[in-house]
Amino acid sequence: MASFIDFRNPPGSDSRADRLIRANSEPLWVRRILITTVLAFFIIFLGLPLAIVFQGALANGVGVFLRTFTDHNILHAIEVTLLIALIAVPANTLFGIAAAWAITRYSFRGRGLLLALIDLPLWVSPVIGGLIYVLLYGRRGYLGPWLQAHDIRIIFALPGMVMATTFVTFPFVARSLIPLMQAQGFEEEEAALTLGASGFQILRRITLPKIRWGLFYGVILCNARAMGEFGAVSVVSAKISGLTNTMPLEIEQLYDDYLFPSAFAVASALSILALITLVLKTLAEWENRRQFEAGQQALLESTIEKPAS
Amino acid sequence: MSQKRHILPGFRTSVGGSILWLTLIVLLPLAALIGKTASGGWPHFWETVTDPQVVASYRVSFGISLIAALINGFFGFLAAWIFARYDFPGRRLLEAATDLPFALPTAVAGIALCALYSESGWIGKLLSPLHIQVAFTPIGVLIAMTFIGFPFVVRAVQPVISELSADVEEAAACLGASRLQTLRRVVLPPLLPALCTGIIMAYGRAVGEYGSIIFISGNIPYKTEITPLMIVSKLEQYDYTGAAAIGFTMLAASLIIVLIGNALQSWGNRFRKSV
Repeated sequence: MASFIDFRNPPGSDSRADRLIRANSEPLWVRRILITTVLAFFIIFLGLPLAIVFQGALANGVGVFLRTFTDHNILHAIEVTLLIALIAVPANTLFGIAAAWAITRYSFRGRGLLLALIDLPLWVSPVIGGLIYVLLYGRRGYLGPWLQAHDIRIIFALPGMVMATTFVTFPFVARSLIPLMQAQGFEEEEAALTLGASGFQILRRITLPKIRWGLFYGVILCNARAMGEFGAVSVVSAKISGLTNTMPLEIEQLYDDYLFPSAFAVASALSILALITLVLKTLAEWENRRQFEAGQQALLESTIEKPAS
Repeated sequence: MSQKRHILPGFRTSVGGSILWLTLIVLLPLAALIGKTASGGWPHFWETVTDPQVVASYRVSFGISLIAALINGFFGFLAAWIFARYDFPGRRLLEAATDLPFALPTAVAGIALCALYSESGWIGKLLSPLHIQVAFTPIGVLIAMTFIGFPFVVRAVQPVISELSADVEEAAACLGASRLQTLRRVVLPPLLPALCTGIIMAYGRAVGEYGSIIFISGNIPYKTEITPLMIVSKLEQYDYTGAAAIGFTMLAASLIIVLIGNALQSWGNRFRKSV
């Protein structure tokens, strides 16, 4: 338990400052109990579920694990997942940049509504994200008869799955850019404008470099959700293995068929994706904070210099 | 900021593009949901949403979520506190791991929790001699909902704890307050709005959650069926108006939850400024 010693309060010293620090914090035994409690919660609720995925994937040996990824249906599910992400993520990145630009640079009627709509998928059940497309494009939906007459399939096919994924993932890029662009302001953009830069030049040379870490952060989260989405996609997919199954849907099917090692093998691939996402996300957060603090420092120095000049 | 800012180019492209995209992706499908709900007529709507099996699913989705959100309120607050205040080895690792429920696909979480708490699973094995069954019972639903909502409270509370200035606590200590008194009277009050916001957000997420619950819950009618599952089963029977009616009800309930959350947040922001 020696590792839990608080370095800000080393034992054996008893200056006045130390006594004040102690008055400002909990006694060592309380701190130890709190840290142990949280640690136990993390292990039981976050650590064990992650561990059992890899244990389940490797239970029958590495050979079985690797053979899972030569199965035709599983390879197809990986393909479908990548394809959906490849369409939904760039589309939502473009939308996210445009929406963040619109919301942070201009004030217009309906701005609040736009902001509220961007948040919608974050609080709506993903099942509703699938349902609304079925009601519009499904066989008995509003556009169903017309689509059927023209032999276009959206629901129970790839287009519907792309749409449902787009719905649940569109807030991420916009949401991570809006606070960042708000904090950064747009003096540089205005300076570029007075120097004769075009809108596209401003975006490419000034804004995009400024927001790159926030953008990276949003794209990562968007991609993780796009590849892992289950509820919305399961409603609009026909769930046919080898045809319209994504990786999460394939996991469900394998699990329901009691093919546990295969289910956990596919799940472990998605877990690795989640872990990579967490690492990159943490790095982006640190970088964002560092840039923000550097910016504040620069601002502070410039205001200090001003009275002298 | 209130005056119009049209100096920078791209107003039409960005605003127009955003509105067009949202119309296609959100507004049009949402209109279909409202239209389908209305097309069934009031008696059909009422009959669908008050069907005993559906009502039983509300108890699971809205009732058990509340317990899960309160559990998250407790552990999330503790985690936020030790992340903001204590220094210990592995703190950054735990901080990064907090968001695992956001990053892990729900289907993966679903089968992992189910395997963990089934009778032969790592935790289920320990609990079965005590005659506690978790998988395929409401407790299983509770565990899944707790898992999925955990990050919200930590993310809501931690920045506010970091913002608290140490002087107030020092002043309280100098004036002779015990640590417990300081916590109760000085530290906790400004944190309360953020804590409530986090709990409400965790609640909203658990209410709508589907993927991580349906495996461990076993989907037993009247017992562990959740409301999103009722939508799915209506759709499987091609009962579009029934599915729309339940979907509309859930949408309205989620809207109320998020409005309460927003109101709490603005209350908290006002509180933060006045401190």
